[in-house]
Amino acid sequence: MSELRFTEDHEWLRVEADGSVTVGITAYAQDALGDVVFVQLPELQHYEKGAEVSTVESVKAASGVYMPLTGEVVEVNEQLDANPEQVNEDPLGQGWFFRFVPDDADAVTALLDQDAYDRLLNANADA
Amino acid sequence: MSETLHKTPLHALHLELGARMVPFAGYDMPVQYPLGVLKEHLHTREQAGLFDVSHMGQIRLAGNDAARALESLVPVDIVDLPVGLQRYAMFTNEQGGILDDLMVANLGNDELLLVVNAACKEQDLAHLRTHIGNRCEITPLFEERALLALQGPAAVTVLARLAPQVADMTFMQLRTVELMGTDCYVSRSGYTGEDGYEISVPANVAESLARCLLAEPEVQPIGLGARDSLRLEAGLCLYGHDMDQQTTPVQASLLWAISKVRRADGARAGGFPGAETIFAQQRDGVARKRVGLSPQERTPVREGAEIVDDHGQAVGIVCSGGFGPTCGAPVAMGYVDVEHAALDTPLFALVRGRRVALKVSKLPFTPPRYHRG
Repeated sequence: MSELRFTEDHEWLRVEADGSVTVGITAYAQDALGDVVFVQLPELQHYEKGAEVSTVESVKAASGVYMPLTGEVVEVNEQLDANPEQVNEDPLGQGWFFRFVPDDADAVTALLDQDAYDRLLNANADA
Repeated sequence: MSETLHKTPLHALHLELGARMVPFAGYDMPVQYPLGVLKEHLHTREQAGLFDVSHMGQIRLAGNDAARALESLVPVDIVDLPVGLQRYAMFTNEQGGILDDLMVANLGNDELLLVVNAACKEQDLAHLRTHIGNRCEITPLFEERALLALQGPAAVTVLARLAPQVADMTFMQLRTVELMGTDCYVSRSGYTGEDGYEISVPANVAESLARCLLAEPEVQPIGLGARDSLRLEAGLCLYGHDMDQQTTPVQASLLWAISKVRRADGARAGGFPGAETIFAQQRDGVARKRVGLSPQERTPVREGAEIVDDHGQAVGIVCSGGFGPTCGAPVAMGYVDVEHAALDTPLFALVRGRRVALKVSKLPFTPPRYHRG
């Protein structure tokens, strides 16, 4: 498995062998949301970075998931329609949301690495 | 800030159990335990859940005029409420709006026990003192007593291990029962649609009673998150969301709670604030009323979402909504114009700018399992 990258919105990204990028939400994010009951997945289309492409509905509230980089969504995890709890049970695996092809393949490396994301979580915990 | 929040007598136990705490009505309360809202909800429907509802306000009224005095504030028959029974009621204002909803139990010896909402309890106490303070003795038990709810089909089995006589009680009965060597007020009632009990216990015994109940294999601690989804599936109103001072019992579809003797044609008709307005609404109907709403897709429809008809015309608003774990689908309640309030009327909720199809549906969403004997 290639190294994970993260956004400040608690999404993770993983570059796959074919150059596409898989996106999901982190363990921290799913824990904060509580039990996920529904995920509205993106359309298979081009989105700008920062666009709200998906919504996670938990028992508590609805939260947006944002396009981490500009690119074309090429696949969504349709398993989540029937099994939204996979987001809680396996956020970095079966609970993935979508795959996209970034316009700029190098932009992924500019995102937070594991150390930087851990520091962000620690800073949040201290705040 | 958390320092300014009140704590119930079970606060330390919640932390020990790994609860996630949130501020609620001025209290630091458990919203969920490590089990999580979904499993807590399902566990309550399948076995038994223990809820700390000590934030709610318990008030004792005493004196031979107490029942008659209370009747001047609620549209409910209190005078003929038998000893050992409780009844649902609401305080109304001069416009017929609901100031709070509450439970009233007749303890005997000219004593009534009221249980009111946490967020309203100081205001309710002031309301009682202002209007009937000279007619009966009013004692807030806010610090003195805790309130636990044990809910679910196994509640009877569990509580009967401690006090066998509770198995003979039926829905809405109340008895003084010795638990942990202490007299408690136990009623067969709750806020989940399940069989179960609410236990008013002296604050200093609350934690040992809670630990004792949690030690039973059927019992899990349940937080406010599942309490909300359980009551929503049961079609029960949450004050401040499903009704408020601007809502009358008629609009809130709570006409059933207005006792026959207090209605316009009853033996003790009226005599409570806003009676004329409420009677007029009963006679002439209302423009909008509370109904059940079933979203026809997986998207939960939440409080505040606008409701429109198929022409896009605004016809109502969602007052409570979320995912119903037992239904396995989203559930909601809302206020809609009466011409759209008939069962199965197709409507839409606006969620993030998108229309989600709804159907007006029967309440409750889950069949009630009260033990009526």
